[in-house]
Amino acid sequence: MRSELAVGFLPLVDAALPVLAREHGFAEDEGISLTLVKDMSWATVLDRLLYGHTDAAHLVAPLAITTTLGRGRPAQPISVPFVLGLNGNAITFRSDLAARLVTPGRLGDPVEVGVKLAAIVRESIAKGVKLRFGVVHRHSSHNYMLRYWLAACGIRPDVDVEMMTVAPPYCADALEAGEVDAICVGEPWNSVAVERGVGRIVLVTAQIWRRGVEKVLALRRPVLEEKREATEALIRALIRAGRHFVDPANWDRNAAILARSEYLDGNPELIRRAIADRLLLTKGGDLVHLPDFMFQYREAANFPWVSQAEWLYTQMIRWEGIPFTPGDAAKAAQVFRPDVYRSALLGTDEPLPGASSKVEGSLGQKTAVTAQQGEMVLENNMFFDGMSFDPTDLEGYLRRLP
Amino acid sequence: MQWPVPPTGRQSPENSHLWLPRHTLPDYRAEAGLSGQARRAVLPAAGQLPSADIAVHKRIMRIAIVDESATRAAVIQEGLAKRDDCEIFVVTERRGLVARISEIAPDIVLIDLGNPSRDVLEEYFTVSRALARPIAMFVDESDEESITASIDAGVSSYVVDGLAPHRIRPILDLAVKRFNAFSRLQSDLAEAKGKLAERETVDQAKRILMDSRGLGEPQAYAELRKTAMNQGKRIVEIAEAVVTAHHLLGGK
Repeated sequence: MRSELAVGFLPLVDAALPVLAREHGFAEDEGISLTLVKDMSWATVLDRLLYGHTDAAHLVAPLAITTTLGRGRPAQPISVPFVLGLNGNAITFRSDLAARLVTPGRLGDPVEVGVKLAAIVRESIAKGVKLRFGVVHRHSSHNYMLRYWLAACGIRPDVDVEMMTVAPPYCADALEAGEVDAICVGEPWNSVAVERGVGRIVLVTAQIWRRGVEKVLALRRPVLEEKREATEALIRALIRAGRHFVDPANWDRNAAILARSEYLDGNPELIRRAIADRLLLTKGGDLVHLPDFMFQYREAANFPWVSQAEWLYTQMIRWEGIPFTPGDAAKAAQVFRPDVYRSALLGTDEPLPGASSKVEGSLGQKTAVTAQQGEMVLENNMFFDGMSFDPTDLEGYLRRLP
Repeated sequence: MQWPVPPTGRQSPENSHLWLPRHTLPDYRAEAGLSGQARRAVLPAAGQLPSADIAVHKRIMRIAIVDESATRAAVIQEGLAKRDDCEIFVVTERRGLVARISEIAPDIVLIDLGNPSRDVLEEYFTVSRALARPIAMFVDESDEESITASIDAGVSSYVVDGLAPHRIRPILDLAVKRFNAFSRLQSDLAEAKGKLAERETVDQAKRILMDSRGLGEPQAYAELRKTAMNQGKRIVEIAEAVVTAHHLLGGK
């Protein structure tokens, strides 16, 4: 029996898996007739999800949790049975500032850049000016990762600098107009700023947390329950899309598909750079290989680790100043649904981890871990400051953060 | 797009507290007379006076229409202009949007769902201390139908907290109607354009047949129609095939 599913998305490279699942017929093979609904703001993607225009959505991970907890609007339980990808964002500075932070054409080291940036921030404050950072949404991994890095470098995000929201398509404009000094955004928008000569890529978020959770597939919990079989079929289609996405043989073709007007409506060359983890950091420079820049498939990257949801919850507590409660922590943890992922992929070739939660940031090298199915090897998943996140002690972690 | 820049410049204290935690702000919901069941996403801005809620009932409502399509904004504006209880402000420029909204100090903000600045605007409504009164999203759960209608139409609205529902409702209904009318207008236009393009293609195909086979116009059309009927296709599809083939064979 054929099921129909509508999935909302924002035109970003990391909307790739649903797009490819449709375009390569992977969804069709699973008996899913997939419709994709493009929007231009997370608010609209979320509205369509909550009011039933779509069944599922490509969503910034923290927004799934804050919607469940009722931050900003009445609470509605959201479920995340699949992670659409890890990282894939960069921090692009105004060119003159970037020149003071890194050697042109080279990616910075987060610690070194942090030290230099802290000096510039102090200098600016002494002149009565605060640097401004643009992120795409308050409840985004961009915001949490940028703040994590700034805070670890001794820069207080709400005190020493200003944080503001900028819509991704306007990031390059905002840099050019001097409305912001730096942006943290997904691709292709950093590359667009670089190509326009208004900014330089200084860091990528993979350098802040090597395995940082980024976009997720979000459904309203009642919809997931009602359309459980179709959702599991969609997960199998998305996994195939992930495998296709990371295969270099498909990069040109997939970049061309994503560039089409109904999807990103952008330049296939810039999109290919992100897919290939090879970005131009400075206009006129050479492509630089950034390992694990986008991490869409390997090491069960799509598995919704409960510990990821809990990490996001700690960052929400940290930056929004709301009190920690075990009840909210439990609700946040329940947003990620490894049980659905497992049930969708049990009996396939896909490896399934033995655990559903892990200490994040604890692995410096390749490590074999127990698996429910297949073989699981995890690689470097460190935070740049060497801290690790133990999901059994959220409050202890919050106390240790700067 | 941009946080309101206070006249004193970038270092103003307002700007350094933009992301204040919600729980540190006083809850004006009770003072605004909202019951626990009126579950709007109420996010009070600091420094706001509860008495403003009462004043809202008496004075003219300020309505901001945020739309990058100037034509659609004009269509909405025209509809609302007939009412004598509102003053309309149209914002089509995205640059300085938040500063402009802050100047207008609207009671109701209407913004199209396709506008990339929605997240920026919501962020501003959530935390801005520059606004004298809290803005709530119009997501009262008791009025699911009205929200659904508005999302279907492609418009979202933000309403100052405490504004009486009987004042909001007609404005939103009108906005929804106007948005729907505009969409219909657009699809009619697209259809008309499509028909025009079809007629041009058929004319072109006729000319090709007339030139290459020495047919008169009625015969050329009859040929197209006959072929279309035989193949179970539309005339325009056959005409397109003729034009394409002609181009491929080096015709002009």
